[in-house]
Amino acid sequence: MNQLLSIRGLRTYFYTESGVAKAVDGVDLDIAEGEVLGLVGESGSGKSVTALSVLRLIPDPPGRIVAGEILYKGRDLLKISQDEIREIRGNEISMVFQEPMTSLNPVFTIGMQVMEVIQAHQQVSKDEAHRRAVEILTEVGIPEPESRMKQYPHHFSGGQRQRVMIAIALVLNPSLLIADEPTTALDVTIQAQILDLMLEMKERRKGASILLITHNLAVVAETCDRVAVMYGGKIQEIAPIDALFKEPFHPYTHGLLGSIPSVDGTKARRLTVIPGSVPDIHSLPVGCKFVTRCPYAFEPCPDIEPPLIEDAPGHWVRCHLYPNGGKPAIPND
Amino acid sequence: MTSDILLDVHNLVVKFPVFGGVLLRRVGEVAAVKGISFQLHRGETLGLVGESGCGKTTVGRAIINILRAMSYRVEISGRVLYKAATGDVDLLPLTRQEMRPYRADIQMVFQDPYSSLNPRKTVDQIVGEPLRVHTRMSRAERADRVRWLLEKVGLSARHVNRYPHEFSGGQRQRIGIARALATNPKIVIADEPVSALDVSIQAQVINLMQDLQEEFGLSYIFIAHDLSVVRHISNRIAVMSWGNIVEIGPAEQIYKHPQHQYSKTLLAAAPRPDPAFRRRRSG
Repeated sequence: MNQLLSIRGLRTYFYTESGVAKAVDGVDLDIAEGEVLGLVGESGSGKSVTALSVLRLIPDPPGRIVAGEILYKGRDLLKISQDEIREIRGNEISMVFQEPMTSLNPVFTIGMQVMEVIQAHQQVSKDEAHRRAVEILTEVGIPEPESRMKQYPHHFSGGQRQRVMIAIALVLNPSLLIADEPTTALDVTIQAQILDLMLEMKERRKGASILLITHNLAVVAETCDRVAVMYGGKIQEIAPIDALFKEPFHPYTHGLLGSIPSVDGTKARRLTVIPGSVPDIHSLPVGCKFVTRCPYAFEPCPDIEPPLIEDAPGHWVRCHLYPNGGKPAIPND
Repeated sequence: MTSDILLDVHNLVVKFPVFGGVLLRRVGEVAAVKGISFQLHRGETLGLVGESGCGKTTVGRAIINILRAMSYRVEISGRVLYKAATGDVDLLPLTRQEMRPYRADIQMVFQDPYSSLNPRKTVDQIVGEPLRVHTRMSRAERADRVRWLLEKVGLSARHVNRYPHEFSGGQRQRIGIARALATNPKIVIADEPVSALDVSIQAQVINLMQDLQEEFGLSYIFIAHDLSVVRHISNRIAVMSWGNIVEIGPAEQIYKHPQHQYSKTLLAAAPRPDPAFRRRRSG
C-alpha cells in the first residue's frame, strides 16, 4: 500500500512561563492510502497537537514545531511556504473538530459557509459554488438542502451541524480527512450516524484516508483499520485493529482496555484501574513516560526511554518488557 | 440490597413555560418530564439513562427540589415521597427552609468538576460548607471531618488549604464527592459524574463510588448517557426518552433483553470496544 502521509520524528513544543511543554516529542506515524487510522490517547497525550502540526495550525507563539518531517505525497509540509500550505488545507487535507457548536460561524448562513470554502480554493462562479454546496449537503444527508442553506447554525441540531462540518471538510474532495473527536459532543445514536457517514463518504472517495483522533477506544474499534496509542507526547503502541484489542502489548493499552465497562457479556465486579493521573506535561519522566503509573515498571524504566520496536508483524510497542521482539511478558487475561 | 423503599416518585410532571412575542407573554410550554413514577430502594443504584434532552437531569433536580429556585415559573406536579427517619414527607411542596433538613440527606454530585467547585475557596471551605450549613459542629470538628472525608475519597488530608485549580479533573471530582458525603447523606444523585473525565480516571471514580456506597450504605441515582458505565454501576435502570420512562427494570434484563424499541435502538448504537462486533453488525 502506498503511504499518503508519513510523519517522522515530529516534535512540537510549547514555550510557556512554566517551562517547555513537550506536547509532541518524537512521533513517527504513517497513514496509507485508503486507510482509517485511529490516534488514541487521554487529554494531554499530544494527539490533537499532532493533528494540528500536520496542517501547521499550531499557534506560534507559544507553540513551535522544532523538529521532524511531515511527508505528504512525498512533499515535506514543514518546508513549504504559507501560500502552499494554504493550498494543501481543504484541497488535500481537511479537518473536522469536536465542537459542532463553535466551529461554525453563528452570523453567516450555512450556505455561505459551505460556498466560502469552495470559492476560497477554486475559481468558480457563484452559481457553480451554490450548486456544489447543495450537492454536498445532499450527500451528507441534510434534508431540503436548498432551503436549509439559507438558515443559520442555530437552526441546526448538533448532529446536523457535524454533518455540515463534514460537508465543508469534504466538498473539495481531499485525500486525507483529520477528524478530531468528531462525535464526542454527540448522543450515542447520533454518534453512530456520524461515524457511518464519515466511513461512507470515505468509501465514495476512492483512496481517501481518515485520521481519527479520539479518547474513545470503542469508537476506534467501530471504525479504524489500525490504531496508534499515544501517551506523554509519544506513540506507545501501533497495531492493526484486531491485534490491539485481542492482544494489547503496552501496559498502558492494557490498562485503558480494562477500564472500559462493557455493554454486553458478563459484568466485571470491579474495573481495573490505571493508578494515578496523567503526569504534568512540564515535568514528564526522563525514561518511559508511563513509568509513574505502570504496574510492571522495573529497573531501566525511569531512566531509559524504550524504543518503538516491531514485536509482531505491524504491531509496534515502546516498552522495556519487549527488549528484542520477544514474547509478551504481560499475562493476557 | 433490601426491598426497602427510600424514595417514591409518583407521576412527576415538570413543565417549563415558553415566553414569546414583544410582551413576552406565555405562548406555550415544554414538558420536560411527562408524568414518571419510580422507586429508589435502600442501598441500590438506580441508573437513569437517555439522550440529551430526555429529561433525566430535570428529574434529579426535581427530587432535590431546586427547580423552582432555578426557574420560578416552572410548573411541577406529582409526588416525591421521601421516607425520612422522622417520617414520610413529600418533598415537592416544601419551601427552601422546610427542605433544609432533608437536603442533608439527599446530596448531588455534578458533571463538570471544573465549574462545580468555587475557584476562590479552598478545599477545606468547599468540603466544610455543607457542615457549616447543616450541622452545629465547631470549626475544629469540621476541620477534622473534612480531613477524614478527603482521605475517604483518596485525597491527602494535607491538601485542605489548596484551591481547585491545583487539582486534576479526577481529583476535583473526588472533592465534589467528599462534599456530597459531608453530611452523611442517604441518597446521592450523581448527574454525569464521570463523563468529563479521561477513561483511566473514569474507572477510578466509578470504583470509588462503589466502595463508598458499600461502606456508607448509600443509595445512588446515577444519571448518565454512557450505557456501559450505567450498566456497570446500576442494579436497576430506567431508560428515558422525551420525558417518559419507556422501560425500567434490573440492569441485566434491560441490557440482555430490552423490551422497548427505544432501549433497543440505544443499545444497538452504543459502540463496543471490540472490532468483531462491527463486523457482526455490518454483516
